Amino acid sequence: MRTRLPALAVNLGLLALALVTLAPLLWMASASLMPTGEASAIPPRLLPSRPTLGHYRDLFTRLEVGRYFRNSLVLSLAVTGLSLLLNSMAGYAFAKLRFAGRERLFAALLAALVVPAQVGMLPLFLLLRSLGLVNTLWGVIVPGMASVFGIFLMRQYALSLPDEVLEAARMDGASEWRIYRSLVLPMCRPILVTLGAFTFMGTWNDFMWPLIVLTDQSRYTLPVALANLSGEHVQDIELMMASSVLTVLPVLLLFLALQRHYLAGITLGGVKE
Amino acid sequence: MTGATRAEGWAGWAFVAPALAVIGLFFVLPVLGGLVLSFTNFDIYAIGDPGTAAFVGLANYREVLGSSLFWRALLNTLYFVLVGGPLSVAASLGAALLVNSPLARAKGLFRTVYFAPVVTTLVAVAVVWRYLYHPRFGLLNRLLEALGVGAVDWLGDPRTAMPAIILVAVWKSFGYNMVIFIAGLQAIPSSLWEAAAIDGAGWWRRLWHITLPSLKPTFVFVGLTTMIGYFQLFAEPYVMTAGGGPLNATLSVVLHMYKEGFRWWNMGYAAAVAFVLFLIICVATLVQLGLQRERRR
Repeated sequence: MRTRLPALAVNLGLLALALVTLAPLLWMASASLMPTGEASAIPPRLLPSRPTLGHYRDLFTRLEVGRYFRNSLVLSLAVTGLSLLLNSMAGYAFAKLRFAGRERLFAALLAALVVPAQVGMLPLFLLLRSLGLVNTLWGVIVPGMASVFGIFLMRQYALSLPDEVLEAARMDGASEWRIYRSLVLPMCRPILVTLGAFTFMGTWNDFMWPLIVLTDQSRYTLPVALANLSGEHVQDIELMMASSVLTVLPVLLLFLALQRHYLAGITLGGVKE
Repeated sequence: MTGATRAEGWAGWAFVAPALAVIGLFFVLPVLGGLVLSFTNFDIYAIGDPGTAAFVGLANYREVLGSSLFWRALLNTLYFVLVGGPLSVAASLGAALLVNSPLARAKGLFRTVYFAPVVTTLVAVAVVWRYLYHPRFGLLNRLLEALGVGAVDWLGDPRTAMPAIILVAVWKSFGYNMVIFIAGLQAIPSSLWEAAAIDGAGWWRRLWHITLPSLKPTFVFVGLTTMIGYFQLFAEPYVMTAGGGPLNATLSVVLHMYKEGFRWWNMGYAAAVAFVLFLIICVATLVQLGLQRERRR
């Protein structure tokens, strides 16, 4: 009796919180399958009377959401690939290669973490404009090719790589690039997956910078297009829910697939500080 | 030194150079450029012909501090930070205590569920919540009506618009800090708890005297990162209240900067807004670190 009551309270609390957390997402999914008008019916419906995929079809045929989806995908993949390369090279060098000024440089990088991205956005826009990159996907990709956080995460992990192995390869005459390419990268696999997941989701979900740089509708990413559509199609709730599902689903699935790696990255970046 | 270490030195620089070039060119340089920009009257004409821009000293900063719209945005942002931030941290801690409880079942499943909103796209869930808040057919009001409470125009009433946005932000973000709190909780030696339990300390006393003090480093980290993140409020009002409405009740500093800089192209003024915000974040960070240190004594 004495231990049962607290256990009941804890598990009921967990269930209630789970319900609150999931309710908006479940309603989004359910409403996206409702026939037009049903999501605003009074009394309200929680489930579609006749589930339909019509709104998803509409998104691709009438609203060209396929193009936004492709933009988001191309952009997120490009940023993820390029930044993994650059961040892993830098993180490994900061951890394992001795060079003059290394510690001071790293400290300066960490100091840059306190500056919010918005502070540089106006001149960055002017800079990219002079380079002809405004209103191109490159305008989003180029500033994302390296990040202080990514370098930090890579360095933390690379610190634990065994020096003997790297030194032995050096004795055998392997070039530094060769050591990085065929020893360091394979050993860093777990953290590469973590950082890759972080970067992909971060880029996919990013809103403010793409909103600023991508001015032409044909270049929009999914979040920018969705913000735009939701203004024009306020009344089409079911349609808007379908495009929300389409925007959220890829990152949600990726998270579920890589959950362990993703959560490990948060504690690595957070608690070690 | 020997040739080998000199080669290593060169390799080191070669390995960091590409990343440093990107960060230097596309982050450090723009931040410094922003400082310069904030002392000029760079506007829509200067975009066509930068020659028309001139240095105007502190005029932009004076204009910012004299603008009632800026102060409105700042007060709104402080409201969001001071109410939303602590609420979010409290929700994270509560969820972490529940998930980490030895009595909890299916911990992994609940952790995943609570984390799900974190990875979702902010714009998409803001669109969803906008409908949940709808005064007539929104589910939230239907639920309140069932409980006998009258309908509320959540996003249309200046008094409830910011609380409504805070609720979305807390819902979206509490899972992130929860994961950090769980790691912090798991680092507390269980012998401490058991010893206190044998001494007859109840759950609340153990929470107050063992758990919370042990979590202090976690609190410092979570408090700072949450505060800095909350200062950058932008997408929620952009999507949910048509850019800061009703009556500017949800206009944030970043949204104000965005509108002035990228809608009206008052880039000198907007750059000054950005730096004032940066300064405020720096001061708030120092204040919070000072408070944490004070409490430690």
